[in-house]
Amino acid sequence: MKKRSDRAAKAYKKKRINHEDFSGWGFIFAAMAVFLIFTLYPVISAVITSFQNYKPFGSEWVGAQNYVDALNAPLFWKSIKNTLVYTVAVVPLSLVLAFSIAIMILPFGKKLQSVFKALYYLPGIASGVATAVVWLWLYNSSPSGIFNQLLGVFGISSVNWLSSSKTAMLSLILMALLSSHGSNVIIYMAALHGIDNTYFEAAEIDGASFMQKIRYIVFPMCKPTTLFLLVTGVIGSFQVFMNAYMMTGGGPDNNTTMIGLLIFNNAFTYGKYGLACAQAIMLAIVIAALTMLQFKVMGDDVEY
Amino acid sequence: MASGLYSQHLNNKKIRYMRNSALVVVLVIFALVSLFPIAYMLAWSFGPAIEAASTSYSIFPQVWTLDSYKKFLNYSPYSLRWLFNSLVVAVCTVLGNILFASMAGYAFAKIRFKGRKTLFFLVLMAMMIPYQVTQVPLYILVVRQFQLTNSYFSLILPGIATSYNIFLAKQFFSGIPTALLESAKIEGCGQLKTYWLIVLPLSKTILAVMAINTFLGSWNNFFWPFLVTSKEAMYTIQVGLKQFKFANGTLLSPMMAGACISAVPMFILFFALQKYFLEGVTVGAVKG
Repeated sequence: MKKRSDRAAKAYKKKRINHEDFSGWGFIFAAMAVFLIFTLYPVISAVITSFQNYKPFGSEWVGAQNYVDALNAPLFWKSIKNTLVYTVAVVPLSLVLAFSIAIMILPFGKKLQSVFKALYYLPGIASGVATAVVWLWLYNSSPSGIFNQLLGVFGISSVNWLSSSKTAMLSLILMALLSSHGSNVIIYMAALHGIDNTYFEAAEIDGASFMQKIRYIVFPMCKPTTLFLLVTGVIGSFQVFMNAYMMTGGGPDNNTTMIGLLIFNNAFTYGKYGLACAQAIMLAIVIAALTMLQFKVMGDDVEY
Repeated sequence: MASGLYSQHLNNKKIRYMRNSALVVVLVIFALVSLFPIAYMLAWSFGPAIEAASTSYSIFPQVWTLDSYKKFLNYSPYSLRWLFNSLVVAVCTVLGNILFASMAGYAFAKIRFKGRKTLFFLVLMAMMIPYQVTQVPLYILVVRQFQLTNSYFSLILPGIATSYNIFLAKQFFSGIPTALLESAKIEGCGQLKTYWLIVLPLSKTILAVMAINTFLGSWNNFFWPFLVTSKEAMYTIQVGLKQFKFANGTLLSPMMAGACISAVPMFILFFALQKYFLEGVTVGAVKG
């Protein structure tokens, strides 16, 4: 009986545009207009452009040529390799770093915790341009550059940090590791605070050591957080652009050209819009797959 | 609280004291290392405005002057305007997001209108799409079709109601009890009144977090302003700083002064509104 009246109500609702509809549309109108023009249209347009040879007055269809060109270019594969190297080095290490810092902050009072959180978070507030400008000088190739002075203390001679193919990528990795772990620390802290104390009390009674508590309580309880940070970290890292653009320009010999910079160069240096769109869409597919994987693995563990 | 992770050493205060001091030392060393670039930037921004190569520069400058700030600000007749532009763009973007994204978020959360599921799904999908996909068409649209280069419109409009903020607002508003809104309706409030008088006042924290994150994002944004500005008068501070860097690669102190001018306003904002900044990190990340 109830079901039927529900269905009737639904059918009624479907037919008539009611007051709720109007107010709902009114509320979303501005945001949706912006969304349609500046997000949805560009996405659709990017898909179309990726099958075209873009010309200001009438682009021509070239089928999958842009995709073929992208996949055949050695530089594309090199940039993927660079992106992967960068990601594999930066993301796990920065998670370990953030996790360790969060664990170390834990035993202190609320005030001291906030102080440390703030200190670690501060470097992430500076813009990418400002950070790059500063690090450019830290990596100065003359013996008086800060990193070279540091090497000098250990009796190692100066290094061309950013312009030698051996150290350029390493420099970018080091910079990423040292300048952006603040938010990860804070997210880990939140996760650690969410672990109920009774677990530790029970472990204590069983005589668990500190490392055992970490291994058997903290690791499993923080797993959703770790996965979240891992996937968002990988996604962010796949899109990295600023550091290579500002610090090395992708050089030397394209050793630090990452996929984000490659797409930028194809689009805005060479004007190959179609090729850039094709590459961007391939990137988007990889990122979408990663996100799906995250949803799948985590299931209901994490609430957004 | 997970303080149970550490043994309390209740009967031995000495051990606890020593352990905590050791932790503080390690934490402070970490903090010093990651704060060093900022200290370096602040200190050298007061260094002399000469070629770095001509002096062997130490960790911190020996002479402290304001010359480098002058040098940076005199680089372009518009350098103060860059700060102004950044401010205008950030403030407008924040106001737009607070209003439009929160209205849309409210509708998605609490108004049962036709198409809400489909539209919200599209918004969710859009959050996954990397900006590289939209950058080219957006550039063509704004620069070629709308001919809006070098205008506040082009700087502000595309970011005035981001998918992320709509999503954030929707998530928060979903947590407001429907009964509360229903009783407002019974008292005679329309949707607009309910939103304005009940929902918004209940959401001050989330709106503050949203405002701060959006402000920071807009201020620090380099990519888009770089694409849509070609006249110096319309640069934002980030674009200006980048141009200065490429023109004066050898001037250490003026570059640091420029970096300070771009970063210090955000540092001040951070210290003034720390609570919201730190809260903003975990919003939308993990349920504690």
